[in-house]
Amino acid sequence: MRRMRQWGPGLLLLSPSLILLAVFVYGLIAWTAKVSLSDEHNARGSKGFVGLQNYVDLFTKDINDRFLHSLKNLLIFTVVFLVGTMLLGLLWAFLLERGVKGEGFFRTVYLFPMAVSFVASGVVWRWLMNPADGGLNAVFDGFGLGFLQNTWWTNPDWGMAAMALPAVWQLSGYVMALFLAGFRGIPQELREAAAMDGASTYRLYRNVIFPQLTPVALSALIIVGHMSMKMFDLIMSVSGAQWLTEVPAVYVWQALLTSDYSKAAAISIILLLLVAVVIVPYLIYTNRAEKNR
Amino acid sequence: MRFTRRAAVAAVGIAALLTAGACGSGDEGGDGSGSTKVEVFTWWADGGEKAGLDGLVSAFGTACAGQTFENGAVAGGAGANAKSVLASRLQQNDPPDTFQAHAGAELLDYIDAGQVEDISADYDSWGLKQAFPQGLIDNLTVDGKIYSVPANIHRANVVWSNKKVTAAAGITTDPKDLTEFFAALDKLKTKGVTPLAIGKDWTQLMLFESVLITDLGPEKFTGLWNGTTPWTDPGVAKGIADFKRLLTYTNKDRDALDWTDAEKLVMDGKAGYQLMGDWEAADLDAKGFKDYGFFTFPGNGTTFQWLADSFVLPKGAKNAEGTKCWLKTVGSAEGQKAFNTKKGSIPARTDAAPADYPKYQQAAMADWKSAKQVPSCAHGAGCSQGWQGAANSALGAYSTKQDDAALTKALVAAAEQFGKKK
Repeated sequence: MRRMRQWGPGLLLLSPSLILLAVFVYGLIAWTAKVSLSDEHNARGSKGFVGLQNYVDLFTKDINDRFLHSLKNLLIFTVVFLVGTMLLGLLWAFLLERGVKGEGFFRTVYLFPMAVSFVASGVVWRWLMNPADGGLNAVFDGFGLGFLQNTWWTNPDWGMAAMALPAVWQLSGYVMALFLAGFRGIPQELREAAAMDGASTYRLYRNVIFPQLTPVALSALIIVGHMSMKMFDLIMSVSGAQWLTEVPAVYVWQALLTSDYSKAAAISIILLLLVAVVIVPYLIYTNRAEKNR
Repeated sequence: MRFTRRAAVAAVGIAALLTAGACGSGDEGGDGSGSTKVEVFTWWADGGEKAGLDGLVSAFGTACAGQTFENGAVAGGAGANAKSVLASRLQQNDPPDTFQAHAGAELLDYIDAGQVEDISADYDSWGLKQAFPQGLIDNLTVDGKIYSVPANIHRANVVWSNKKVTAAAGITTDPKDLTEFFAALDKLKTKGVTPLAIGKDWTQLMLFESVLITDLGPEKFTGLWNGTTPWTDPGVAKGIADFKRLLTYTNKDRDALDWTDAEKLVMDGKAGYQLMGDWEAADLDAKGFKDYGFFTFPGNGTTFQWLADSFVLPKGAKNAEGTKCWLKTVGSAEGQKAFNTKKGSIPARTDAAPADYPKYQQAAMADWKSAKQVPSCAHGAGCSQGWQGAANSALGAYSTKQDDAALTKALVAAAEQFGKKK
C-alpha cells in the first residue's frame, strides 16, 4: 500500500498518454501487421489469413520487380542524402567553428532551408531540375556550361541521386547545427592540453576533436537516415508518383489508392523494420551510455 | 495529506482529458429513415466539373420536388482523396446516398463486394436501354446486371494538333492510318519541332491503348480487358513495336510532364500532335487557343474509346428513393444536357440535340451514335483500379528501359492478377 502511494499518482498521471500510445501507435502497428498477413487486395475486404505470402510476393512476384526497384531507388537516395548532408554539415560547422566573421548570419542562412516544408521546396526544385531547357539547365546554358546540363531525376539509373539534392540542401544546415553544438561542447581544456603537448592543428582535430564528435555524428545519421527512409512528400512534389522515382513510402500510397490494403500494410511493415534496424541499436547504445553515467 | 493532494491533481487531470475525449466523439447519425436529403458524393469541387454538378442539381430540384441535394464533394488528387474517403465510409457501412465512380470495370470491386445495388429494372422503366447506345450497355453490363448511370461520356482516342505547326510542315490532310501518321511525324521532325507531345505514365498508357485498338481492332481490343484476347496475341507484340517507334517521336522529358504540360507544348508551337482525351477541347477553349485540329487516332477507324463518370445506388443508402430520383435525373435528357454543356463532355444519350453543344462536342456526338464503343483502361472503364495501377507502372518502366519482353510479361501478369477469373 505504501509503495502504491509512491508510484500510484505518477502512474495515474502518465496513464492517459500511455493509453493513447498503446492504442494509437502500438495498437495500430499491430493492426497493420495483421492486415499485412491477410489477403485484403481490393475493396471486397479480407477473405482470410495468408501468412507471410504478401511479403514473399513483394520480393518474388511483384510485377516488373516493382518493390525491389523501389528499394533500389531508396538506397541510392539514402546514400546520397546521408553522405551529402554529413559532409556539407561537417564542413560548414568546421568553417564556422574556426571563427568566421558574422557567424550568426551564416548560421541562420544555412539553417533556414530547414524551415521550408519539403512540399514547398519540392515544387521549386521540380522547376529547377526540369530535364528539358528550363531551370538549372537554362542557367548552365546561359553561363556557357552546357556540358553540365543533364536529365536530373528522369535519368533511369542515377535519377534518385538528383532527387536527393533538394533534401541535402534542406537538411545540411540542420546537421551543421548539430555538429556546431558538438564542437562547442568540447571543453577548452582539451584543446589547451593538446596545444601544450605540441599537437599540430591537424593532430588536434584528428585525435582530439573528431573522436569527441562521434555521438553527435551518430545522432545526425539516425535523424537524417530515418527521414530519408520515410521520404514521401519531396518525391511526390518533384516527380509525382511514378515508376521512375518510386520509393516504398510512395508505393504504399499507390497500393492504397488501388485498395490493395494487404500489400500496402506489408510494405509499411517492411519500412518500419528498415527504420527499426537503424534506430533500435542507437536506442540501446544511448540507453547504455546513460546507465554508465 | 501529501498523497491526497497529488492524487487529486492527477484525478482532475485525467477527468479533464476523458471529458475532452468524450466531447470529441460527438454524434453523427442524426437523420432517420424518413430522410429527404440525398448526399451526392463526388470529386467535382471546382471548374467546369463543379459547374456541371450545379447544372445537374438544378435539374434535380425541378424533377424531384421534396428531395434536397446535399453536396458531399471531396476535393483534390483527381479523385484520389475522394476514393479513399469513400472506401473507409463503405467499410464502416456508412455509405453516401450515391457516389461518383468511373463507369465500367472500376465498379467491379464495389459490385463484387456487394456494396452497390443492381438497377437494371430501373434502366427499363426509365427508358435508358433505348437512349444509350448498345455498345455502352454491353460495356456496362456485368453478369446480366447494370449497376450505374453514366452522367457523361468522354472520348480517349483523339489526337490534337496545332494547325499552324502541321501546315508549316506541309501536312495537308489528317493521317488515316499508322503509315500516314509516321510520315506526318517525320515531316514534323525535319522541321525541328517535337512531333508528338506526351506526358508521364498514364498518358503513355492512353497512347499505347490507342495503338492497340489500331493493331488489334475493336473486338479483340475489348477482349484484352474481358479475358477473351490473351496479352500474348501477336497483335499486342505489333502494338508494342509501333508504340516503341512512336515514343522515338516524343519529347525526351516526357516523364516529367503532366498532360497539361504536353498540351502547352502543342499550344506554344513546340509540338505538332498530342493524344489526349477530349477534355482537352474544353481546356483549349478555356485557355483561348483557337488553332487546334483534332482527329481520331490513326487506324482506329470509327472506334469510340469511351470513359464515363457515373452514379450508383449504394447498398444501405439512407434515402434510396431520393437516390433513385437523382439517378433518374442523371440519366434524363434534361439532366445530361444541364451537366454536359457545362462540363465539356457529351451526353451518353443518343437523342440529345447537337445544336446545344460546341463544335468539338457536336462531332463527338455524331461519332458516339454511329461508332463502335470500346472501354479505356487508363480511365477505369476497361479495368479495375489495381489493374490500372499495374498498367501505369508497367508503362512508366517501359518509358525508361524500352524492354519489350518485360512489358509483355508485366501486362500478362497484370491480366492474370486482376483480370476476370474464368
